[in-house]
Amino acid sequence: MIKMTYREAVRSALREALRSDSLVFLMGEDVGRYGGCFKVSHGLLEEFGPERVRDTPLSESTFLGAGIGAALGGMRPIVEIMTVNFSLLAMDQIVNNAATLRHMSGGQLSVPLVVRMATGAGRQVAAQHSHSLEGWYAHIPGIKVVAPATPADARGLLLAALRDPDPVFVFEHSALYGMDGEVDEGAAPEEIGRALVRRPGDAVSLITYGGCVGKVLQAADQLAADGIAVEVLDLRSLRPLDTPAVLASVAKTHRAVIVDEGWRTCSFAAEVSAQIMEGAFYSLDAPVGRVCSAEVPMPYAKHMEDAALPQVAAIVGAVRETLGPHG
Amino acid sequence: MIDAGSPAPLLPASLPPASLPPASLPPASIPVVREHALGLLYQMLLIRRFEEKSAELYTLGKIRGFLHLYIGEEAVAVGAMQALTMDDGIVATYREHGQALARGIPAGALMAEMYGKANGCSRGRGGSMHFFDVARRFYGGHAIVGGGLPVAVGLALADRMQGRPRVTACFFGDGAVAEGEFHESLNLAALWRLPVLFLCENNLYAMGTALERHQAQPDLTLKAQGYAVPSEAVDGMDVLAVEEATRRAAAGVRRGDGPFLLEFRTYRFRAHSMADPELYRAKEEVEQWKSRDPISFFMGRLRSWRLLDDADLGAIETRVAGQVDEAVRFAEAGPWEPLEDLTRDVYTPVQP
Amino acid sequence: MPILTVDMMAGTLTAWRKRVGEAIKRGDIIAEVETDKGLIDVEVFTTGVIESILVQAGETVPTGTVLAIIREEAGAPVSVAPSAPVEPIPAVPPASRLAPAPPGAITEVPGRVRISPLARKVAAELCVDPASVRGTGPAGAVTREDVERAAAAPPQALARPMEPPDRQARMRQLIGAAMARSKREIPHYYLGTTIDMFRAMRWLAEENLKRPVTERLLPGVLLMKATALALREVPELNAVWRGAEAIPSPAIHIGVAISLRGGGLVAPALHDADRRSLGDLMTGLRDLVRRARSGGLRSSELSDPTITVTSLGEQGVETVFGIIYPPQVAIVGFGKVVERPWVVEGRIVARPVLAATLSADHRVSDGHRGGLFLAAVDRLLQEPGRL
Repeated sequence: MIKMTYREAVRSALREALRSDSLVFLMGEDVGRYGGCFKVSHGLLEEFGPERVRDTPLSESTFLGAGIGAALGGMRPIVEIMTVNFSLLAMDQIVNNAATLRHMSGGQLSVPLVVRMATGAGRQVAAQHSHSLEGWYAHIPGIKVVAPATPADARGLLLAALRDPDPVFVFEHSALYGMDGEVDEGAAPEEIGRALVRRPGDAVSLITYGGCVGKVLQAADQLAADGIAVEVLDLRSLRPLDTPAVLASVAKTHRAVIVDEGWRTCSFAAEVSAQIMEGAFYSLDAPVGRVCSAEVPMPYAKHMEDAALPQVAAIVGAVRETLGPHG
Repeated sequence: MIDAGSPAPLLPASLPPASLPPASLPPASIPVVREHALGLLYQMLLIRRFEEKSAELYTLGKIRGFLHLYIGEEAVAVGAMQALTMDDGIVATYREHGQALARGIPAGALMAEMYGKANGCSRGRGGSMHFFDVARRFYGGHAIVGGGLPVAVGLALADRMQGRPRVTACFFGDGAVAEGEFHESLNLAALWRLPVLFLCENNLYAMGTALERHQAQPDLTLKAQGYAVPSEAVDGMDVLAVEEATRRAAAGVRRGDGPFLLEFRTYRFRAHSMADPELYRAKEEVEQWKSRDPISFFMGRLRSWRLLDDADLGAIETRVAGQVDEAVRFAEAGPWEPLEDLTRDVYTPVQP
Repeated sequence: MPILTVDMMAGTLTAWRKRVGEAIKRGDIIAEVETDKGLIDVEVFTTGVIESILVQAGETVPTGTVLAIIREEAGAPVSVAPSAPVEPIPAVPPASRLAPAPPGAITEVPGRVRISPLARKVAAELCVDPASVRGTGPAGAVTREDVERAAAAPPQALARPMEPPDRQARMRQLIGAAMARSKREIPHYYLGTTIDMFRAMRWLAEENLKRPVTERLLPGVLLMKATALALREVPELNAVWRGAEAIPSPAIHIGVAISLRGGGLVAPALHDADRRSLGDLMTGLRDLVRRARSGGLRSSELSDPTITVTSLGEQGVETVFGIIYPPQVAIVGFGKVVERPWVVEGRIVARPVLAATLSADHRVSDGHRGGLFLAAVDRLLQEPGRL
């Protein structure tokens, strides 16, 4: 076990993949000479050369589509789209090709593509650079969506994605790149579709993923000081969703609050809430709560951005509300 | 009528009414072997009759959704296919019946696919616009204009990275030239020297919009120059000209020279799709182009070179009719996929 | 009529390009059809001669309709755009449920009642124990309706044989709820009077000497009869409160408050108390008491009373002011018959007297009317032979 940052963990996984499989290659904007916009691929061009670490022009649609084509042609490409905000330019290739080729060809094709994207807000980079669109992606049959919240999972889920025969989209919250954690560089890849209880409890199920896990754990600490033992469930995988884990937690606590950095309306939290209603209705003692971003394009000023995003105080408040007068 | 003069001049992008070039001698670089020539004719006729039958079946409700016919453009698919090996890859558009048949995908599998039957080439999951045959390296069948170009670039990238000297041919129309993906793809293919053969079927209309109404610069070969991609315009109604140009271009791509763009100047005799009342072009213009029907034109030349007689033609038509009838029978007899299979082939099953 | 556009269901034939008797060949345009996309040419796929035209220009017909008959060169007529019905797409097999069951639906957690949040709320309001309610909702869950149904049953519940103490506890709960509601909603006023029972008791003693022991009358029946007859004079005390008004009852059914062993109270009806003889009333009363204590009362007996009479004389209570049983509008109370000093014709004598009270709903009657009632009861009890 070594202590390393989230970005180091991703880099470690990339290096391991590039070394062990000659069919793996990385392409994206500024992944080579620049070392990666978030410094994730720093040093990889020097180690593996320009054929394996390819700087692309600013052509998201075509280089993601080329990733699809290369996957069809037998390679194992890792396409890095700098942030989820720019992935909108490649949406047609994602939704109309990556997600559909297997189905439209009647099962003849698989698209073993990995796409990594930075996501999320919190650095005052304003409306066009602050999206959390994991929920949109999780909507689409034919692709898979994961959101690692720790360095260990950043490595483990990326390696799992590389083994998956279908397109996997890995969302790395930009605020996590500097986060420290313990990583076992010899560990087996994680399993896509399996959630993890980060903190067991019995009062309320706090269900979340990615960049919000840290805030939820902080909220859990605060609540524990008041004798409220919440359970924190890190989904890790949005599609496929570990529904049994969600329902098992709610069956135990009878209350749930979902924390999701997407906008509240039609959020991923709404999907989880619906699944809880369908599968655990008779276990519920209170309505399922959601803590999401406010319905506003992300503002620039710090106090405004902070107010728009889910914060520890709001999470604590939501838990207390769901507990009612006893909470 | 044989005019022993110069080879056919290139057609201007927008064809003025009465300036049709005369028939000519075969290009000097293609030795016209009778067997090969009759083979070309057979393939074009197969496409023509298959498309006519598909139109009929659509009006009867056997084929549903969208149907985009290739009638008039047969020379492009058939001519270009001569330059490709079975190892080369093909990406095409939703108007891909011609390319699919020329590639050798059995007509029955294609007809069954349009019927939506489980014995269709895509299990009935795709329909007319999404023919796939991976064994024959035929990667669709794409319904989003310009959507196939990035995929072709990627297939070529995989070949380059794995050291396979083969070509990815990418068919697209003049409409796709307007999409951003065309520009991104040509640029990336040129930048990374990828073996993509860009084959533009310029039939002068992007659905209902004429070329000069959607391109400020209607000379499409000039656009390739903007990305340092060599290009050439070709008479798309002359199957031998298409074959000759494509062989030359493919050879360079296969050699590792990087991408090449061929612009085939052609015309579709039918509407954009079955649902199109063709309000955007004059019937006279269509009739003009019909007088240059690639099949009649080719037959005329073959007869004049004494390579084709009535018996030959009769034999070919009979064979083609048999193929088409057999294809319909195959489709009619095919099973429907069971509803229980609805959600298969969304994800790849993983062997434990 | 061919299918020319996606989803075309009908078309208007705008013009024929060929006539009957004309030769046509494959690929010819034979007609023009108006569709939602505009005018589209209809081509023909056979070669032959047009034998007949069946649809005229200007007509709109569904796709699949035969437009014309063509005689093919080889002989038998073939129709243009033959009505080939679209092959039926496989129907959804009834047994196949394509939507997978909600993944991992958690079933029973032992010890936990399957009750909807709404039903749980209503159960709390109506003091119903969810565990005792039979559920008819999805997967046997208890719904609001189930709870309301259970709550509406208390009279039946009392009519059943008394069982273990928890039933008693529940009855106490229900009575408590009803009494609380009565006190909350009904503006009670209270009147009391003391009745000289000398004549009534003397008459009763003489009467009982004439009767076999099994048929002897209790003072109570005199009180019931007097009450019933007095109600004829002040009928508004014999009304039933419905919604926002008192509806006078045509009959006079006196609810007799009977205490039960182990605690608890029922007040079943002595029907038509004003019309029955004292002997009949006595028989009826005995029967009610017996059945009340053995759990054999009918639910109609519990819901029929138009007024209640409560008598705690046996318990030694002199005066009782009762709480009205909704939807009744009055309750009469009688205490113990006691010997007290009384003034008769200016001299003090010992007389048996009885405190009679009336608790009444002030929305329906006022003290004046209430007073008239008690005066009537008094008056009637002075002539016991006429009861």
